[in-house]
Amino acid sequence: MIPSDSSIQFDANGNLKHFLTINGLPRETLINILDTAESFINFGQREIKKVPLLRGKTLVNLFFEPSTRTKTTFEIAGKRLSADVINLNASRMSTSKGETILDTVRTLVAMHTDLFVVRDNASGAAHLIAEHLPEHVSVINAGDGRHAHPTQAMLDMFTIRQAKREFRKLRVAIVGDVLHSRVARSQIHALNILGVKEIRVIGPRTLLPTEIESMGVNTTSDMIQGLHHVDVVIMLRIQRERMDGQLIPSEQEYFNRYGLTEEKLQYAQADAVVMHPGPINRGLEIASSVADSPRSLILDQVTNGIAVRMSIMARLMGGQAQRTWCQSRI
Amino acid sequence: MPYDVINMEQTIQTIAEQIAAINLPDPLLIGIHTGGVWVAQQLHRMLGYDQPLGTLDISFYRDDFSRVGLNPEVKSSELPMPIDRRNIILIDDVLYTGRTIRAAMNEIFSYGRPDSVKLGVLIDRPGRELPIQAEIVGRTMNLQENQQARLTRSDGILELNIVSTDKNV
Repeated sequence: MIPSDSSIQFDANGNLKHFLTINGLPRETLINILDTAESFINFGQREIKKVPLLRGKTLVNLFFEPSTRTKTTFEIAGKRLSADVINLNASRMSTSKGETILDTVRTLVAMHTDLFVVRDNASGAAHLIAEHLPEHVSVINAGDGRHAHPTQAMLDMFTIRQAKREFRKLRVAIVGDVLHSRVARSQIHALNILGVKEIRVIGPRTLLPTEIESMGVNTTSDMIQGLHHVDVVIMLRIQRERMDGQLIPSEQEYFNRYGLTEEKLQYAQADAVVMHPGPINRGLEIASSVADSPRSLILDQVTNGIAVRMSIMARLMGGQAQRTWCQSRI
Repeated sequence: MPYDVINMEQTIQTIAEQIAAINLPDPLLIGIHTGGVWVAQQLHRMLGYDQPLGTLDISFYRDDFSRVGLNPEVKSSELPMPIDRRNIILIDDVLYTGRTIRAAMNEIFSYGRPDSVKLGVLIDRPGRELPIQAEIVGRTMNLQENQQARLTRSDGILELNIVSTDKNV
């Protein structure tokens, strides 16, 4: 079951408590997260690259699915905020999913965990955990099945804003395996909330889920037509591990039709930028010459991921009375 | 109820004179967001320092984060030069509890180890909760606990207002 209710993300005072999905968040919340991330960007130049915001807090990275960059950037983000970070690569029996995951979480709560970062191959896993936690514990969704990957979408929004400044005039194309992509779903929600001019979803019919058009996007299976005049091209990874059945004809044919090459990129705006959530399949969804070109923001996305995740963690773990901030005596 | 109006130009001039009188070798001016930066910018012009002004946003170092959360309008701290072995003059608009200055000093030391730090403020008012004092003071004001000294800027002109913090006023 994919939860659509985002009210669980807020506490009784209307403060953000969990970060499970972008869907339903107010624009102001997204902008605040991006703005705060901006001030974390320059931390590399400090002698001590840490701030004491999460000192004394315990963060558990609970990954039921393999991950390198997401887990690492969450770990670095937590450590830069002075949290104690524990990494758990849990594997679990697929037959007793709900039970096992909640038992694991309850055990960790008994060890006084303050914040969980959860990745799982079941849609709704982070939501399920959030529902069963005590009041003071927060959850960040680091990817649940095909449902959502909200911190990835936020770092993508940050990267887009860094390159293009304004969202309103942008045409953004999301290309590839949308069917299996939680990243694409979260990006579409975020781009809609931030108010871009147009979102285009491009891919073979077999990889475009039927419900996608109801999310306020234009779809096409014609790559050239889809790239026309776009400002941002987001390539998605072909998720070989999630493919069951013949969804793409052959890798070579997929690359010919949907792989991003310099030739195809010419149809986009002259200053269009290229993004990819990684890890990239060179020669399958993107040509090396494009991935390594100056128009590619793929490594900026990784760097920005740390600042954006710091921002989200700080937002969740901060006090219960944000709105009285200016009255406090300091 | 307005406090007697202060002459902003003159008050900042007083601070500049005190800074000049200390005669620090190669001092580095750092303003604390937001009011402290405004005051520091004026001082910087008056004193004719060559090196750029540093700015601090102490939001990430506040001691009340777990109680009140993060200021949604947090700005970036910018110290455009290494601060090791420098003599720093930290500038804020109002010195009250001393907690802002505590946070600012913690932040400064995450950039390096200065030789010395002095504190200059536009307004010094009673209510200290930490052992912190300013060496350089524009004006002392004996405000009550329910009064707040609030600095604003419009068209580059600084203005200080004393406002009541009583909720039903």
